Amino acid sequence: MEEKNVILSIKDLNVKFTLRGQVLHAIRGVSLDVHQGESLAIVGESGSGKSVFVKCTMGLLDANGFIDSGSILYNGMDLTKFKTDKDWLKIRGREIAMVFQDPMTSLNPLKTIGKQIQEAVELHQGLKGKAAYDAVLEVLADVGIDDPQRRYKQYPHEFSGGMRQRVVIAIAVACRPKILICDEPTTALDVTIQAQILELIKAMQKKYNLTTIYITHDLGVVANVADRIAVMYAGDIVELGTCDEVFYDPRHPYTWALLSSLPQLGTKDEPLYSIQGTPPNLFHEVKGDAFAPRNPKALKIDFVERPPFFEVTPTHYARTWLLDPRAPKVEPPEHVRILREKGVNRVG
Amino acid sequence: MAEDRKKLVEVQNLTVRFGSRLHPFTAVDKVSFHIYRGETFGLVGESGSGKTTIGRAIIRIHPTAGGKILFDGKQINGRISKALDREVTRRIQMIFQDPMSSLNERAKVDYIVSEGLYAAGHHLSEEERRAKVAKALSDVGLLPEFASRFPHEFSGGQRQRIGIARALIMEPDFIIADEPISALDVSIRAQVLNLLSKLQKERNLTYLFVAHDLSVVRFICDRIAVIHKGKIVELAESEELFAHPLHPYTRALLSAIPQPDPIAERQKKLIVYDPGCHHYSETNQPAWTEIVPGHFVLASEEELEEYKKQF
Repeated sequence: MEEKNVILSIKDLNVKFTLRGQVLHAIRGVSLDVHQGESLAIVGESGSGKSVFVKCTMGLLDANGFIDSGSILYNGMDLTKFKTDKDWLKIRGREIAMVFQDPMTSLNPLKTIGKQIQEAVELHQGLKGKAAYDAVLEVLADVGIDDPQRRYKQYPHEFSGGMRQRVVIAIAVACRPKILICDEPTTALDVTIQAQILELIKAMQKKYNLTTIYITHDLGVVANVADRIAVMYAGDIVELGTCDEVFYDPRHPYTWALLSSLPQLGTKDEPLYSIQGTPPNLFHEVKGDAFAPRNPKALKIDFVERPPFFEVTPTHYARTWLLDPRAPKVEPPEHVRILREKGVNRVG
Repeated sequence: MAEDRKKLVEVQNLTVRFGSRLHPFTAVDKVSFHIYRGETFGLVGESGSGKTTIGRAIIRIHPTAGGKILFDGKQINGRISKALDREVTRRIQMIFQDPMSSLNERAKVDYIVSEGLYAAGHHLSEEERRAKVAKALSDVGLLPEFASRFPHEFSGGQRQRIGIARALIMEPDFIIADEPISALDVSIRAQVLNLLSKLQKERNLTYLFVAHDLSVVRFICDRIAVIHKGKIVELAESEELFAHPLHPYTRALLSAIPQPDPIAERQKKLIVYDPGCHHYSETNQPAWTEIVPGHFVLASEEELEEYKKQF
């Protein structure tokens, strides 16, 4: 495999929140390299820390959150050392831009669409007057909005949900960022619109040579867009691999559970697989494998010691004791095996 | 097999209009379908297609502009007697989309769940009411102790269970579930879907399942109606619909389902529905036709010929 340029490198990141005198350990020692030009998907349940994780890279942590230890390297700068908003303005929007989940709330309802995009263009590309206006029309056309001159003068309420999300993407790419973070870009949208928005993000990635990071809870969505997938659980990455590896050869029991609970794979008149229990309380120290209490087939060691990252292939890692040579052989559930066979058959 | 099943809900030429008399907007345009007792009927379409409006019209939230809604053989839209209104209010219940906003933040679960009992004027003693709440909560897999808590203390999945308990306590026959799982995490979705089908089996409930995601609907529904711009364009048993989608809009919806299969996704061709593709003229109007038993489609004569070739 060819060597890839690492654009963003996160090492041993620990993020904590103080809440009513208690400390919540939201990110527990995560390391991740993001490669130039790839699209990486971070998948996990709500509360798994996936949003907090990317918010760290933009300095958007809530006031009661802080980075306890670790480093985030971007372009030779350690982002964890940034203190003031002035530092962050060099990065936010200009280098790393973000598309938020809900297009209904992420636009200003009192300003026209054009003005909101122009603001980003003026601030980040340094254009003024007519040049800025033309740049806005260009970017509107880019994201597939017809009749940009008319649309420029319209307000967000005159746009449908899908169109609004296109505007949010327009604002993000108008800053000409290197990295585009999409935080659940399609959860608030219909299936048909969802597919179109994902296509659009892919097209933008190609056109502007972006690195994209998707955050989602739906594994079904990422099969289409991701090159690599990181599965997060309870503030930790439990599995990391290429898209094909994670779908056709998942190793961590949590990834198995996530895949099996997809209704697309369910059989009618049979109950869907569902994960029992709730995620661990991160106010307390998590001992061993965080998923063990919800995993009916957990090994004894899962409750005692945190598993290290085992290498499956040079691109595929999983944090589970099942990969230890001494571990008993545990077969993945039926749905996962079916998916694997599908993959094997088609690859040949 | 369809003949011997009893129809619980019949919707005939239902029309719902919004807006003023001068600027009317027809949200639902002459829609007809029926729901058999004990089945799960799916209503699928994009936002703004009128799917939620139909559900709300059945439960009498929106007044109807035309057509009839029959529930258990009796007309329930328009003016009805007080006794029938009571009966309908009890027997039809609704589960809402967003469990974060559909529960009263300032009320305890105990009150939220029993509000329907108060409203229906069941004069129960305090003990009976408590027992009913405890039963409803344990039926949906929550602990009876939760009754003394507030909604913010629960996760999304638990809140949706509270919403289901609130519907169940009225012992309904028919539940309208309006996108009950779209706001939930994938792992929680499975739990709620399983709960809904378990309850259906135990109590012989009938569901109207409103959703935009066909993959979920396929899993849970017996029959599916696809609705576009206030008109039902196709209706069939779910497997039949997936095997022989006829209307171009249905095909567009099917093509958009995200598959958890990277290779299939890469080969996927997205179909975008263009309403202009029909070439309808005054002499060539689409009609609601049963193309094979149980499979209806809205098509003109020419299109019917095309569709028939697929069987």
